[in-house]
Amino acid sequence: MALDSIQEIFDRMESSGIPFWRVVLETDMEERQVTEETSLEKMRATWQAMLESVESYEGARRSVSGLVGGDGERMRQYAATGQALCGPYLQEVIATALCVGESNACMRKIVAAPTAGACGVLPAVLVPLYQAGQVTEEALLEGLYVSAGIGAVVSHRACIAGASGGCQAEIGTASAMAAGALTAIRGGSGAQIGHAAAMALKNLMGLICDPVAGLVEVPCVKRNVIGAVNAVSCADMALAGIESRIPVDQVIDCMGDVGRRLPVEFRETALGGLAVTPFGQTVKEQMEQKA
Amino acid sequence: MLDIFDILGPVMVGPSSSHTAGAVRIGRMARTLLGGRPVQADIGLHGSFAETGQGHGTDRALVAGLLGMSPDDLDIPRSFELAAEQGLRFCIHPVQLREAHPNTAVLEVVGAGGETLSLQAASTGGGRIRVDRLDGVDVSFTGAFNTLIVPHQDIFGEVADVTRELSDARINIANMSLCRSRRGGESLMVIETDQKVPPAVRDVIGHLHGVNSVIYYEKEGG
Repeated sequence: MALDSIQEIFDRMESSGIPFWRVVLETDMEERQVTEETSLEKMRATWQAMLESVESYEGARRSVSGLVGGDGERMRQYAATGQALCGPYLQEVIATALCVGESNACMRKIVAAPTAGACGVLPAVLVPLYQAGQVTEEALLEGLYVSAGIGAVVSHRACIAGASGGCQAEIGTASAMAAGALTAIRGGSGAQIGHAAAMALKNLMGLICDPVAGLVEVPCVKRNVIGAVNAVSCADMALAGIESRIPVDQVIDCMGDVGRRLPVEFRETALGGLAVTPFGQTVKEQMEQKA
Repeated sequence: MLDIFDILGPVMVGPSSSHTAGAVRIGRMARTLLGGRPVQADIGLHGSFAETGQGHGTDRALVAGLLGMSPDDLDIPRSFELAAEQGLRFCIHPVQLREAHPNTAVLEVVGAGGETLSLQAASTGGGRIRVDRLDGVDVSFTGAFNTLIVPHQDIFGEVADVTRELSDARINIANMSLCRSRRGGESLMVIETDQKVPPAVRDVIGHLHGVNSVIYYEKEGG
């Protein structure tokens, strides 16, 4: 009993009369041979770590290259002026994605979800809801199970590493996980969770992994923002009753296929895309001189 | 095996699950398999580990693992200083291997008691690792299970003897491999188990005829 497709989760929801998140919980109990309490306890610890990854942010920290740091704080300061285009929730989503992505680049503690490079997406959409008192911890944990289930299926059918499938596999997957979690937390049905995840993955399909100097800094940190904002819009669309025309499992398979066909230059090798812009090359040379 | 906490996790110090968290686990694996405190380490970095390892803290992560740290230890960035304090001398250099995973490290480690270990391991993504060579023998195990490594003589009935002890202790074997250098020579059993292997059981196996030693790695989080 592994999670091989989203359809399989739908089928088990139907046959057992249980929600999406519980299918994932029961799979974990079966696979790791643990009790419900043990599984929930580990999920709670994961959530706490995620929360701490947001709260421990310091705007003064800088990454090894010096390119990353301070933008999360800058976004918050701007939001405080009341001039932002986005509303309060989305402002904080953007700021949080930056904060966690920056903390990761500065060798602070984060939760890989599904990878370290994409660690900002899930906390960006979840922590602001929690801090605003709009969601209970219980509902949050349920949302995290939903996200883990989506990530597990993507990992099984496609891939979640930039080296395998480009950024679409990392930020795209994180965005699908976050969209599903938000939809579940807002009371969406299983089908709506599937639509949200499918739309999120479709919207980022083809995104390449092209890190400047091979570092998880530029453009990775800001791509956490697009992953998070995309997740919010896809969750809202799904909750509005908008559907992905293409079934979610087909979208996942397609993402894997696109990933496999991406030239190796666009899969974390730093040999293409933004990494080989004149700016990117200069940073690379500077890093080599430091070494 | 699917572990949803590989998807939502690990909780780790950044910036890269493969280049940082995986590297810590490789170092930690080497320390565990050495069975003691390493005092000297020669660390070769291959492929992407050599190319972008420094920017990802791969070097510091490997040393942190050798010092016994876990991937979520905030002291990982300070591991070079801590190594100096704790008497671990090390050198890090690029190596070129044939047909190795792009994120591969080769560690030659010496322990406080003069014991030695040679390990080649790859960081395969998301913080997961795979040991590919151990003391010159090709192996393949990941540390996702409790792992029993039994160097022994290539004689009749060794596998039966060892697995009988596990069976009697109600320990289920998840994966297993056997490799020998030559007929009648040195052989290596690698057994991944669902349950922990208690010290008493390891002791009995260690005293079986033909068994040279028993090395044990217990998976993270039991």
